[in-house]
Amino acid sequence: MTTSSTPTVPSRWERFRDSFLWYSFKRDRTAQLCLAVFICMVIAAFASPLLAPTDPYDLRHIDILDSELPPFWIDGSDERYVLGTDAQGRDLWSIVLYGTRVSLLIGFGAVLLQALLGVTFGLMAGYLGGRVDAFLMRLADIQLSFSTLMVAIVVGAVVKATMGSAFYSQYAVLMLILIIGLAEWPQYARTVRASVLAEKNKEYVDAARVMGLRSRRIMFRHVLPNTLSPIFVISTVQIANAIISEAALSFLGLGMPETHPSLGSLIKAGFDYIQSGSWWITLIPGAVLVVLVLSINLLGDWLRDVMNPRLYKG
Amino acid sequence: MALLEVSQLDVRFALRQGEVRALRDVSFTLERGERLGIVGESGAGKSVAAFSLLNLIAKPGFIAGGSIKFEGQTLNTMSERGLRKVRGNRISMIFQDPMMTLNPVLSIGEQMLECLKAHRRISSKEARSIALDKLRQVQIPSPEKRLEQYPHELSGGMRQRIIIAIALLLDPDIIIADEPTTALDVTIQAEIMALLLELCEQHNVGLILITHDLGVVSQVTQRMLVMYAGRVIEQGPTREIINDPQHPYTQGLLNALPQMATPGERLNQIRGSMPSLSNLPSGCAFHPRCDFINRTNGQPRPACTEQVPEFVTSGNCRVACHMVAEMIEDRRLKEETS
Amino acid sequence: MNAQAETQTAVHVRPSQNEESSESLLQIRGLKKRFSLSGDFLDQLRFKGGRLVRHQEHVHAINGVNLDIKRGEALCVVGESGCGKSTVARTVMGLITPSEGEISYGGQRIDNLSSRQLLPYRKRMQMIFQNPYASLNPRMTIQQTLEEPLRLHHPNWNRQQILDKVEEVMRSVGIDPDWGKRFGHEFSGGQRQRIAIARALAVDPEFIVADEPISALDVSIQAQVLNLLMEAQQERNLTYMFITHDLAVVEHFGTRVAVMYLGTVCEIATTATLFEKPRHPYTQALLSAIPRLKDDRPQHIRLTGEVPTPVNLPSGCVFHGRCPHANARCKQEIPVLQTQDDGTRVACHAVEEARL
Repeated sequence: MTTSSTPTVPSRWERFRDSFLWYSFKRDRTAQLCLAVFICMVIAAFASPLLAPTDPYDLRHIDILDSELPPFWIDGSDERYVLGTDAQGRDLWSIVLYGTRVSLLIGFGAVLLQALLGVTFGLMAGYLGGRVDAFLMRLADIQLSFSTLMVAIVVGAVVKATMGSAFYSQYAVLMLILIIGLAEWPQYARTVRASVLAEKNKEYVDAARVMGLRSRRIMFRHVLPNTLSPIFVISTVQIANAIISEAALSFLGLGMPETHPSLGSLIKAGFDYIQSGSWWITLIPGAVLVVLVLSINLLGDWLRDVMNPRLYKG
Repeated sequence: MALLEVSQLDVRFALRQGEVRALRDVSFTLERGERLGIVGESGAGKSVAAFSLLNLIAKPGFIAGGSIKFEGQTLNTMSERGLRKVRGNRISMIFQDPMMTLNPVLSIGEQMLECLKAHRRISSKEARSIALDKLRQVQIPSPEKRLEQYPHELSGGMRQRIIIAIALLLDPDIIIADEPTTALDVTIQAEIMALLLELCEQHNVGLILITHDLGVVSQVTQRMLVMYAGRVIEQGPTREIINDPQHPYTQGLLNALPQMATPGERLNQIRGSMPSLSNLPSGCAFHPRCDFINRTNGQPRPACTEQVPEFVTSGNCRVACHMVAEMIEDRRLKEETS
Repeated sequence: MNAQAETQTAVHVRPSQNEESSESLLQIRGLKKRFSLSGDFLDQLRFKGGRLVRHQEHVHAINGVNLDIKRGEALCVVGESGCGKSTVARTVMGLITPSEGEISYGGQRIDNLSSRQLLPYRKRMQMIFQNPYASLNPRMTIQQTLEEPLRLHHPNWNRQQILDKVEEVMRSVGIDPDWGKRFGHEFSGGQRQRIAIARALAVDPEFIVADEPISALDVSIQAQVLNLLMEAQQERNLTYMFITHDLAVVEHFGTRVAVMYLGTVCEIATTATLFEKPRHPYTQALLSAIPRLKDDRPQHIRLTGEVPTPVNLPSGCVFHGRCPHANARCKQEIPVLQTQDDGTRVACHAVEEARL
């Protein structure tokens, strides 16, 4: 009774090559460019100890006499500092590389935390329904009604007051991951819950229940893998958001300390010098931030278009 | 001249895997007031055929060849403006899902009047009376009230009646009905089909009924086409095909119906499944599933696997099958010798 | 010697005060299911006449269904969409908890068991779903799909035993075992339904609920799947509860038929009797509506009116609004199933009064 010919089973790589994702990526110049830019920035950021000519965290290399030197295309530049120096005499190229690394670290870390919390809560709310759903979603509503900034200010103030600001600056990266992660998990929870509600009524979930599987296994083994595409899409947007949030917090002085600056704190540090003509201190990290966030957002847009099943089914 | 004449219709879809031919060499005619059934399983191309008649195929599909002539005008080369005069006016369509035609935010009355006014210069009052008349024809109780109602307030059967009323609004010459009762329950389906049949006979309207249900086709239509993998494989008077199918696929399809078997016995199944259009078998597309090709010596006939069968005339039917062609040839030779 | 005699008597003396219950595998008694339409408590509050009132609306999906399924038979439940036939099936499988009533399997009540207590029954009762495009997890390969129930129900089997069983069950439904590494979406509808059947058969159940298993398939594939289900029944001595709207399939497949209308059973009979001599006016209308190949202009029994919604059930007989034989009594009194001479059970006042 079986069909006579048995074609060979395609491997994972072959499946990917045949997929719509790869097909549309090959045809979309913007997506290719954005991915290239993003990957370059990530590599450059995490390879910063190798790429940067100086270690900006090491105070011995910093000479205050070198402060506010302009980048190479402006008169009065110093050939040691390609992009000039900041107010403290740190090489701007090095500090931007290190700053990008900090920003990305916080962005990824915060999104990981958000995803962990949001996916778990969203799955539980959507699949178990009833009171669990009501409780978790009200919690999410309450969480969302506090803005990220407010949470950050309160947490930052409390930690600084109880542990001292030296402690705060020491664990600033972790604190920021925690704050941004905690503040924005409801985005994930809501997205996941919505797609769980759609998946839950499909017959394969009923089939798993008829089989006698436990709720936890159905949730994680059957429902979760089928809600991955919206999670994927929202992750790109959330990384961009987290980087922006971090920059905003740092700009307000609630984020990374001057000694271990992120892109946001670099912008803030340079902001005071715009008036005195040293615009590069703030504009160069600003441009890096814009390019980074823009490339992530454009990638996210492309992903959303590709992964929207209603668009590509026809 | 027939009212509708389709010849050598070829429809293709430009997909990323390459071009797929959804219809090949589809030819048929429809006389005024005639009821024609197009039968096939999903993927056979019957809906594509219906949509292509009015040039309604959505991208990436396109009509690559052949012609569709309605009263001598070629529809497939006509401008969009000219087509609009035919669509809905001279030829109207009924879809499987009534909500595809009905706009959920407009009342039934608004939709009917809009349709009338788009094609005719008449006053609202006249339009209203025509609409009411059509609603009465489809036996809808309290038609005045229905005009004010919205589609979601009506049941499935009622909606399909409204759709038929809308299809009849402009007294068309042909109604194309694409699986009009598939979404409905058995008892409602019987009512709707009976109504459609009655109306077509009364007003001498031609009907092209697209369905997978052989029972419905046998009750409603006079002639039928059987489609398989984008081709017509058999066509002729409905009764003759149902009572004496020639093509092995048609035979298999009829024999697979539970009502043709003794209760409790095995059903006569056709093995395998419909090939995908992008990967058609060579020769006769049905040959991998056909039981007759290797009756002679256990080997598939080379003709079936290599050559696309031509139509042969058998009685009042036309069949595209090598085996039937051979049988007819044999019979002719025997008659000649005797 | 003595012990042998004892076991023999034990075999012979079955609890047989009720013939029917002793041989029936599944019993459904007074089953009712309401679904709330009104949302949570806050949504239910309405202002009425200046006062805050709690307002609740329900869909009455099943209203008192009694059914017995005998070992080895195929009981077909027939009805139009919204008649509650799928809800009955899902309630039997424990996917929905009933609002009222009892379900017993092999003499044991199962509708009030916890999911852990139900586990042994999950191995004996399985379900096949309507839509083969939705009933296979799109992110799992066929092999994974088929292994999962085996791992759950046979935790002490080793890898080889599981692989052998998967291969055996794949062969038995006509799927090449080499295809195990593929995903569901790479198969056609008929093949997917075979895989879904294989999943149900993998744990060697004795009772299968099939919820419209062929209505999403093409005609030529329907025959293949029906044949497969019938073969499985013969080979494995299965009992089926077969939900369908297609009477032609019922005539072919069913041992007995229960016709449902708006959440109630209106007629139960053996298949041959039902098709030969339908009693209930609804059954008669339903049978006359089957599009037959052989007759040209069939005489349908034309029902008037629309199917009422299960939200506001009509009083009396649920069918009276569309019934050509309804009288005043039908509008007030709910008919109950009554056994006729030939064993058919019909719920109709007209039949009872011999008006029909």
